[in-house]
Amino acid sequence: MRLGILGTLSIGVLLVGQVALAETVKIGFVTTLTGGAGAIGNDMRDAVELALDHLGRKMGNSDVKMFYEDDTFKPAVGKQKTEKLVKKDKVHFVTGYIWSHVLMASRNSVVGKGPFMITSNAGPGPVAGKLCHEDFFSTSWQNDQTTMAMGEVLNQLGIKNLYIMAPNYAAGKGMVAGVSRTFKGNIVGKDMTKFPAQLDFSAELAKIRAAKPDAVFVFYPGKHGIQFFKQFSQAGLKGTIPLYSAFTVDSLSLPRLKDLAEGSLMTQFWAPDLDNAVNKRFVADYRKKTGRYPTFYAAQSYDTIMLINSAVTAVGGNMSNKDGMRTAMRKANFPSVRGPFKYGNNHFPIQNFYLRKVIKDAEGNYTTTIIKTVYTDHQDPYAKDCKMSW
Amino acid sequence: MNWTLLLEQTLNGFQFGILLFLLAAGLTLIFGIMDLINLAHGSLYMMGAYFAATFIKWTGSFLLGAILAIPACMAFGMIVEMIALRTLYTRNHLDQVLATFGLILFFNEFVRLIWGPIGLDIPLPEVLNGSVELFLGIRYPAFRLVIIAVGILVAFLLYLLVSRTKLGMLIRAGASNRKMVGALGVNINLLYTFVFGLGAALAGLAGLMAGPIMTVEIGMGEGILIITLVVIVIGGVGSIKGAFVAALLVGLIDTVGRSFLPDILGIFFSNDVADTAAPAISSMLIYLLMALILAFKPQGLFPPRGA
Repeated sequence: MRLGILGTLSIGVLLVGQVALAETVKIGFVTTLTGGAGAIGNDMRDAVELALDHLGRKMGNSDVKMFYEDDTFKPAVGKQKTEKLVKKDKVHFVTGYIWSHVLMASRNSVVGKGPFMITSNAGPGPVAGKLCHEDFFSTSWQNDQTTMAMGEVLNQLGIKNLYIMAPNYAAGKGMVAGVSRTFKGNIVGKDMTKFPAQLDFSAELAKIRAAKPDAVFVFYPGKHGIQFFKQFSQAGLKGTIPLYSAFTVDSLSLPRLKDLAEGSLMTQFWAPDLDNAVNKRFVADYRKKTGRYPTFYAAQSYDTIMLINSAVTAVGGNMSNKDGMRTAMRKANFPSVRGPFKYGNNHFPIQNFYLRKVIKDAEGNYTTTIIKTVYTDHQDPYAKDCKMSW
Repeated sequence: MNWTLLLEQTLNGFQFGILLFLLAAGLTLIFGIMDLINLAHGSLYMMGAYFAATFIKWTGSFLLGAILAIPACMAFGMIVEMIALRTLYTRNHLDQVLATFGLILFFNEFVRLIWGPIGLDIPLPEVLNGSVELFLGIRYPAFRLVIIAVGILVAFLLYLLVSRTKLGMLIRAGASNRKMVGALGVNINLLYTFVFGLGAALAGLAGLMAGPIMTVEIGMGEGILIITLVVIVIGGVGSIKGAFVAALLVGLIDTVGRSFLPDILGIFFSNDVADTAAPAISSMLIYLLMALILAFKPQGLFPPRGA
């Protein structure tokens, strides 16, 4: 009897102790939820929620609380929201970030201030190189990598004269630098357009027509990509000059581009049909949940949550053990939609890049399929500027 | 210098200028006659695009949808004028700026509630979706030619309306001396509602023509509103003729500058400098023009008489 009471009490103490120990994991997610780019942020949020569903809404024994913040596509607002997450909500992880310029503006409000920062999309050169930090991770890629793969593809296709167009901001410059790094032919023309204000590309399309290149390569994320493809076709250039892209055609724009993008080629680290068990489950459940194919933004966001989960479970929910979480994350020991990968010294993934093509699936939906692997275990060119080693 | 390229860029500049004119004509009338600063003019442009996208989807015909969208936009503008703006005429300009800025936020949320956060598409009929061969082997997108044609036609009709009809006489009188027009027994409320509706219809027309080229999305009118304000400042507030000339001027300078500045700068500087500086400088060109005009002709190029 006495023992019984003691036993019950000790179980009670244990339970209470467990609850007190397992602090709630607080994750901030800064993305764009309103305006034309709001669709991208919604896609990322859907993927985060799906990842949490797959985890049973818990990381180990800890509860998870998400804080979604809208950067409204503006660096100043993104920085403000980031500071709110760090100072007021006291989150353990600040994640999300679609846009390189928003990430660059927000970085110093997180890094060195306590929380970990994980970019779910943007990968500007500086944060992979000189500004790399032990508290900064990426579950996407470095901006230059995808277009470096495109440069290789263009070489293999025997393209001699290339015309490049991209928006004039941090990511656009990185993408152009990437393709220029590997492409061996001539770049006969290059236009950097005002971003995000310029949506009418008539002047640039006229220049392309006059320059008569063998191929055009563009980087236009979000709505700009849709407009570019439309205007390219309206100008009568589709079918005359081959168009290659990166981060321009995705699962959000395909339902609107339809046949305008059919057969279009692009490079990427991932595709909905990438053959591994994690990705198959992710894509199937995502389609069940939303009725859409996931975008690469969604895939990266799913990985962000899984990476955090691997860190939290490794330290048994003890959120003050930052060193333990960092060591766990560096192992990249989590079920990633891209398959197993390693982190470089700068905390950016060393991963494969594929050539993808737009096709119609069995139900008539437009999606992309992998044609071939361009790079195996590719590391970004900025890693060597990063002083960190572990 | 490539002459066909220059010609094509001139056409592009014209086409952009025509769109700006449609917006600027309404804005300059509203400002000149009603003395109302309407920042929500860009929202009417957005509504035009959304109405057109919806009607085109319903009717399945581009032409029918476009024709329905214009009166819908006019009616929408008149309702907005009667409900919200009528109370602002006696207030000062700062109050008007604040109130119409509030309207921008209201319309953006209104559109989000009804049409959702993802933009719409205006599909073009097959005939307009390609490009046509003009003289000298220049290929030009068919729809952009239509924009130029419609814009010139509307400009001509506006000219007739303003200079040849009784209504136009009242509009001109209103622009020159509003108090006197009221004193002469003209129903100024009705005139205001009509002028605002006319402005809304023109903005809607611009929106529905911009829709197939640019995206139909929330906030699409905000960027172009700023350029439109530049146009009416250059042209002279209240002057339709000024709006026409200034819109074409701004359209041409913006497009041709964007197109040739990198090459021109490349003559004087290294390629790297030209590549970085050209986009920045070309986006400043129209503001430089405005600054020059304000310095030498503060009333604008064609100030309305009596203003």
